[in-house]
Amino acid sequence: MNIIVVGLSHKTAPVEIREKVAFPPTGMELPLQQMLALPAVSEAVIVSTCNRVELYAASRQPEMAIIELRRFLADFHNLSAADLNDHLYDFTGLEAIQHVLRVAASLDSMVIGEPQILGQIKTAYGYACEFHTAGTILNRFLHKAFSVAKRVRNETAIASNAVSVSFAAVELARKIFDSLENKTVMLVGAGEMCELAAKHFVSHGVAKVLVTNRTFSRAEKLAAELNGTAVNFENFPEQLHRVDILLSSTGAPDYVLSAKKLKEVCKARRYKPMFLIDIAVPRDIDPAANKLDNIYLYDVDDLQGVVQANLKGRQKEAAKAELIIKKEVNQFQSWLATLEVKPTIVALRQQLEQVRQAEMEKTLASLGELNEKERKAIEAMTSAIVNKILHHPTNILKQASNDGNGNLYLDAVRTLFDLPAQKELTSDSDPFDQS
Amino acid sequence: MGSMTLLFSATTLSYLVASILYLVGMAAKRPQAGRIGRWVLLAGILLQASCFAVRHSTAGGTPVTSLHESLSFFAWCLVLLYLLLDLRFRLSVMGAFAAPLAFFVMVGSALSPDIVVQLNPVLKSWLFPVHITFAFLGHAAFALSFGAGVMYLVQNRMLKSKHFTGIYQLLPSLDTLDKVNYTCLSVGFPLMTLGIISGAFWASTAWGTYWRWDPKETWALITWFLYAALLHGRLTVGWRGRKAAIFSIIAFMFLLFTFLGVNLLLGGYHTFEAFAAIR
Repeated sequence: MNIIVVGLSHKTAPVEIREKVAFPPTGMELPLQQMLALPAVSEAVIVSTCNRVELYAASRQPEMAIIELRRFLADFHNLSAADLNDHLYDFTGLEAIQHVLRVAASLDSMVIGEPQILGQIKTAYGYACEFHTAGTILNRFLHKAFSVAKRVRNETAIASNAVSVSFAAVELARKIFDSLENKTVMLVGAGEMCELAAKHFVSHGVAKVLVTNRTFSRAEKLAAELNGTAVNFENFPEQLHRVDILLSSTGAPDYVLSAKKLKEVCKARRYKPMFLIDIAVPRDIDPAANKLDNIYLYDVDDLQGVVQANLKGRQKEAAKAELIIKKEVNQFQSWLATLEVKPTIVALRQQLEQVRQAEMEKTLASLGELNEKERKAIEAMTSAIVNKILHHPTNILKQASNDGNGNLYLDAVRTLFDLPAQKELTSDSDPFDQS
Repeated sequence: MGSMTLLFSATTLSYLVASILYLVGMAAKRPQAGRIGRWVLLAGILLQASCFAVRHSTAGGTPVTSLHESLSFFAWCLVLLYLLLDLRFRLSVMGAFAAPLAFFVMVGSALSPDIVVQLNPVLKSWLFPVHITFAFLGHAAFALSFGAGVMYLVQNRMLKSKHFTGIYQLLPSLDTLDKVNYTCLSVGFPLMTLGIISGAFWASTAWGTYWRWDPKETWALITWFLYAALLHGRLTVGWRGRKAAIFSIIAFMFLLFTFLGVNLLLGGYHTFEAFAAIR
């Protein structure tokens, strides 16, 4: 049994293509059922986010399944297969397992370590459960993916630092003030980035929001949105001594705040620290202010610098995560392999048992009258022969399944003993738990 | 003596283990190591307390008359105050400062001759242990405020220069470090004051005068004034942050000189040899 992935992501397809193949969350039943109905596909999960659309399948005929899944994705969205094919990737076996684990652990994300993807895969799996399209293998596989993602998150610092400018600002503020409760934030100007950062500050519990803008009505509007107070632009400097965190993004050509003014403010605040975030270009706050004690001034480049450094840090952590994933891939693969070995061993046993029974009937018939004891002796002897012959090959098969050579041996055994094609596995039981 | 040496070694070892745990926890960014370090330190001060008890019962008197004993007692005060501070602020990073410091002080103690000095009868008074305890607890508090000051300066520098190294994530916020610095100061200052006052009373019972301008006394007074100035600046002028951190570092340098430098360089009746001598 193989795991197969067919799909596309932000790395292989532009948004114009991605939006065409996305599956709306409201109508997942139809595509899932259609995917499951494909002849070579025995289990189906569909992951659809704005950055990736991926089909996860379990199949006995991987080559067939890939062709079918590629066609399915094009047909379902009424696209020409030729157009879509260039953007699609497919993975089988170990590669597929690795790919899904990497995606779930957010190593394949546009922003490495972003936390949403795991939730999105969980949702996708939820649909598959709801419509009964995931079976033994995908169930086990996705749970594995979730636990690996969790492990990566816990054991590496992959998601520990902010990688957006507005979050970086909040993180810096917390390194200065510790807690943001009972802190006051002031917005000077009403740029979009300022607004976003202000929302982050509000969600981290700042006590008070002041908004000022040259156009007072805009200040009022934004203040209402943020549950804050609007302040007249003309006299906002008078309010500065109350402000702990200042976000500035006016369109002013010159500095709105001079270092001299800030020095006075500092004194009026009894030198309580102040965090100034200047997102405006050209800048609003005299950069010399950063030299003042207890004033921490960050402009947009500084924040970008922090974000870049954090991203670099994440990449370093990603290398650690890859090692974790490599181990887990092998572990899962060996589980899959035992899934193959078990029925083969059973079939082999049955085959030999049939031969034994048939030959014994013949022999017993030709020998004529035998007493119970003699009959039992023959029975025991033939059984012992079969068991002795099977003992070593069975062990080898079990071993091989653990170190990845399983398929080779299984193929050989099936051919040599002319075993019938394997039946679909129906039980949900874990082969590791038996015998 | 055997059990005492054993307890002393066990204490030193536990401070060493705690140091390693804190430092490894910091280097590997594994805060769990620090949490274990906390318990090891706690075990250390309990071991050391029993070491003092054994010493007291075998030698009698207050076991802080030699350099060996003083250093050991100082290490104990330091770890005790650190643990209290950690309880309040959760400062595992500071453990990486306090635990190694305690360990090295213990090593210093082990290296200085372990003699049980019989106190000059003139000096025997209940004020002696009181004086020593207050002074040493005060010293320990100031040592921790020094540590917090250094950490503040490092963190402040990173935030100002916008260049962050690995330690940035581990250091507490500026606000916390400043609070720690202030807490240590506001604890250490009254302790030091009580130490000086009790010392003066003790002197008056021993020699009939409260203050004799002995080098140790002079330097202690200078240090006391420095800390008084810092406390005053903090409470009335609004000194905080970098300024207060630098000030507490400088004041600690004076304290260090008062504690060790005076004894080793300037002499006077506060030296350990003088405790036993007949005057």
